[in-house]
Amino acid sequence: MSFFGPGHGACPGCGLTIATRNVLEALEGKCFVSNSTGCLEIVSSQYERSAWGVPYIHSLFENAAAVAAGIELALKALKRTDEGKVVVFAGDGATADIGIGPLSGMLDRNHDVIYICLDNEAYQNTGNQQSGLTPTGSNTTTMPAGELMPGKTGRKKDMISIAVGHGIPYVATATVAFYADLRRKVKKAAEIEGAKYIQIHTPCVTGWGIDGKQTLESARLAFETALYPIIEYENGELTKVRKIKDRKPVEEYLRIQRRFRHLFKHPKGQEIIRILQKIADDNAAKFNLDV
Amino acid sequence: MKKVVRGFYSIAHSVKLCKPNVIAAYPITPQTEIVENLAKMYSNGELGDCEYVTAESEFGAASILVGASAAGARTFTATCSQGLVLMSEVLLNAAGMRLPIVIVNTNRALSAPLSIWNDHQDSMLLRDGGLIQIHVETNQEAHDMVPLAFKVAENPRVMLPFMVNMDGFKLTHAYEPVDLLDQEIVDSFLPPYEPPVYMTTKNPLTFGSYAPPHCYAEFRVTLQNAMMRALDEIEKAYKDWAEITGRYWGGHAVGEYTDDAELVVVSMGSLTGMVRDVVNEMRREGKKVGLLKLRTFRPFPVKEVRNALKNANKILVFERAVSFGYEGPVGIEVKSAIFGFTPEFYSFAVGLGGRDVPREEIVKIIGDVYEGKVEQGFHFGTIKEFEEVVV
Amino acid sequence: MVIRITLGGISKPHSSKSMKTGDWGTEFPIVDEEKCTACRACEHLCPDGCIVVVEKGEKKVAVPDYDYCKGCGVCFTACPADAIRMELKDIYKLDVC
Ligand SMILES: Cc1ncc(C[n+]2csc(CCOP(=O)(O)OP(=O)(O)O)c2C)c(N)n1
Ligand code: SF4
Ligand code: SF4
Ligand SMILES: [Mg+2]
Repeated sequence: MSFFGPGHGACPGCGLTIATRNVLEALEGKCFVSNSTGCLEIVSSQYERSAWGVPYIHSLFENAAAVAAGIELALKALKRTDEGKVVVFAGDGATADIGIGPLSGMLDRNHDVIYICLDNEAYQNTGNQQSGLTPTGSNTTTMPAGELMPGKTGRKKDMISIAVGHGIPYVATATVAFYADLRRKVKKAAEIEGAKYIQIHTPCVTGWGIDGKQTLESARLAFETALYPIIEYENGELTKVRKIKDRKPVEEYLRIQRRFRHLFKHPKGQEIIRILQKIADDNAAKFNLDV
Repeated sequence: MKKVVRGFYSIAHSVKLCKPNVIAAYPITPQTEIVENLAKMYSNGELGDCEYVTAESEFGAASILVGASAAGARTFTATCSQGLVLMSEVLLNAAGMRLPIVIVNTNRALSAPLSIWNDHQDSMLLRDGGLIQIHVETNQEAHDMVPLAFKVAENPRVMLPFMVNMDGFKLTHAYEPVDLLDQEIVDSFLPPYEPPVYMTTKNPLTFGSYAPPHCYAEFRVTLQNAMMRALDEIEKAYKDWAEITGRYWGGHAVGEYTDDAELVVVSMGSLTGMVRDVVNEMRREGKKVGLLKLRTFRPFPVKEVRNALKNANKILVFERAVSFGYEGPVGIEVKSAIFGFTPEFYSFAVGLGGRDVPREEIVKIIGDVYEGKVEQGFHFGTIKEFEEVVV
Repeated sequence: MVIRITLGGISKPHSSKSMKTGDWGTEFPIVDEEKCTACRACEHLCPDGCIVVVEKGEKKVAVPDYDYCKGCGVCFTACPADAIRMELKDIYKLDVC
């Protein structure tokens, strides 16, 4: 029994739907989904073309966390909590930018909700615009690499610390590169009462400029370069990190993606690559990632 | 049981009796006391199985109710002004999703300049949103409208958000004698909410699908149809209510002396009491004036308004808001409703941002219009002499 | 034709099945049933949920559903046993003279 698809309209090789399918499988379909406006919603919820096999609601771009909180409250009030867990699927833009207020409220009130941030590192549904979770140096349509600018100059927002800062019981990152780990985390989250935040790195073939055959490779390289540390916090304590054997230089990750390609010829490209390498090194040090 | 209570309490008491499942709260003057009173009831265990939640914003509060309502809960919130505007994206969405959320809006002016005081600028912004909107004149009316709002909103023929508008401070903070309902009465009128469809793992439906051009328009037609059906369902609910409580609220638009009135004055909300007083006095003086109290603003009761205004030579609308760049919003609606009639038409925006409307002002405006001393069209009420400068 | 307009746009589950996406891709996966170990990596990682491990005679093997397969190649890269290869669809095999 599948809980999502087929027949949805995601680009071939899309990371979002890989993540979504695994989350739903981990929960054995016993869940209520609240989804923000964005790629996942658009590819899966056209009228009479729904890919969902679980109860699903889409309201707006920036309110999926609050809608989920409402579902949770209703299930409590109506004594129907045994029906299933409440899960949010929201893009990085919906999470870190426009919906951070409702997300903060939901985490702060510690609703029994699993919040999944599907991090494809830009507003992909509208065509690859810069979000708070877009990494440094990435070429987006709202901050394109040009004569002057090398793509995004700011840094990727640290949503993990923001989530941990809310004092919620469980925060983790995951990636489509390691689906067993992803599923384990979702299962674990489902066992814990209260608000859970899981941020999943989900390659976007179109926005990143990769091929479906590179979906898993790019996700794996993000981990292997330490640009996307795979970590787990329980009750505010870092409890688990996925160790990296032979950490790779960030160039290996950057080179295969069109969104970073300009860095190898842009006058400021080397500086950006140095900054990215420093971010990776700092991650490795902070989380003790190297074996 | 008749008791002198303040407007906000009359609402909270009534909400409690409607046994909502989820209440989302966020403070804003002069609404705050409604959710504070509900919070007190919740804290004292008087709200049964209701979940009361303090949201992080009005936007969040409304969104919480979208989720709760879709999952099958009876839902309530109250807000006004900036809070209503912040909620607006969600409320319009809830209308399209056909979620019967009940909101009390304690009408307040909009910024800028910031003002916590009463006018109708806030609710007018939501005119086209697909929410049922009524305006009340007294706190008894406000009290009675809450069960009625749930009843109509949750009616399977309607399934729309319902917004009860009551004037901020003028009603919310006024002490008035209110015949407080008791539980049996409300129970006999308002059964528990039985949603025709709701989110459940037993039947995993998709809510909030997007509609491509080949079917979007049809969804908007169903929204329009539901609104139009609400006209009948509201009337029916008034009649049921009258049978149970003995109080009949008289329908969407209530005319007084409109049959032979040369001038009919149209008013909505708490100002109506004073306008009625002045109209009655002028009647006693032999002047042919009448009153049309507009209760339902959306759906707009065209039939009732046309009927009440068909004999009038002059129509005067008291506005509590402005559609900047045109005229007062109620006048715009009234004029369009009476299309084909050719009375003289006047409208006056009064009491903006809580400006006191003295009786003399009403007397003068009605008197001047009656005697033909003012030009037709839109006017502001009493405005001080001022000079426009940069700093 | 009469169309159905539900309350607020509610849709039935799995109604996307009517969208056959099998013609999207230029390639399609072919599973070498000898090599396939039925580990389910492809099943878990296919973005479209259209390759499933099923019992076939004595053996369990991965079988793609070409009605929906978009030919993305994720399964091909996911297979630890090297049991999947991608092949160009015939219509894209152009003779270049
Ligand atoms: C209030 C509002 N602003 C803007 C939009 C337009 N919009 C829809 S989806 C989207 C981008 C979504 O980005 P993200 O949350 O990262 O999800 P993704 O599509 O990348 O998965 C934008 C900008 C909207 N629907 N609502
Ligand atoms: S644009 Fe990116 S995120 Fe959106 S469906 Fe395509 S691959 Fe997936
Ligand atoms: S090629 Fe892509 S869509 Fe087709 S079966 Fe493999 S993973 Fe699924
Ligand atoms: Mg995104």
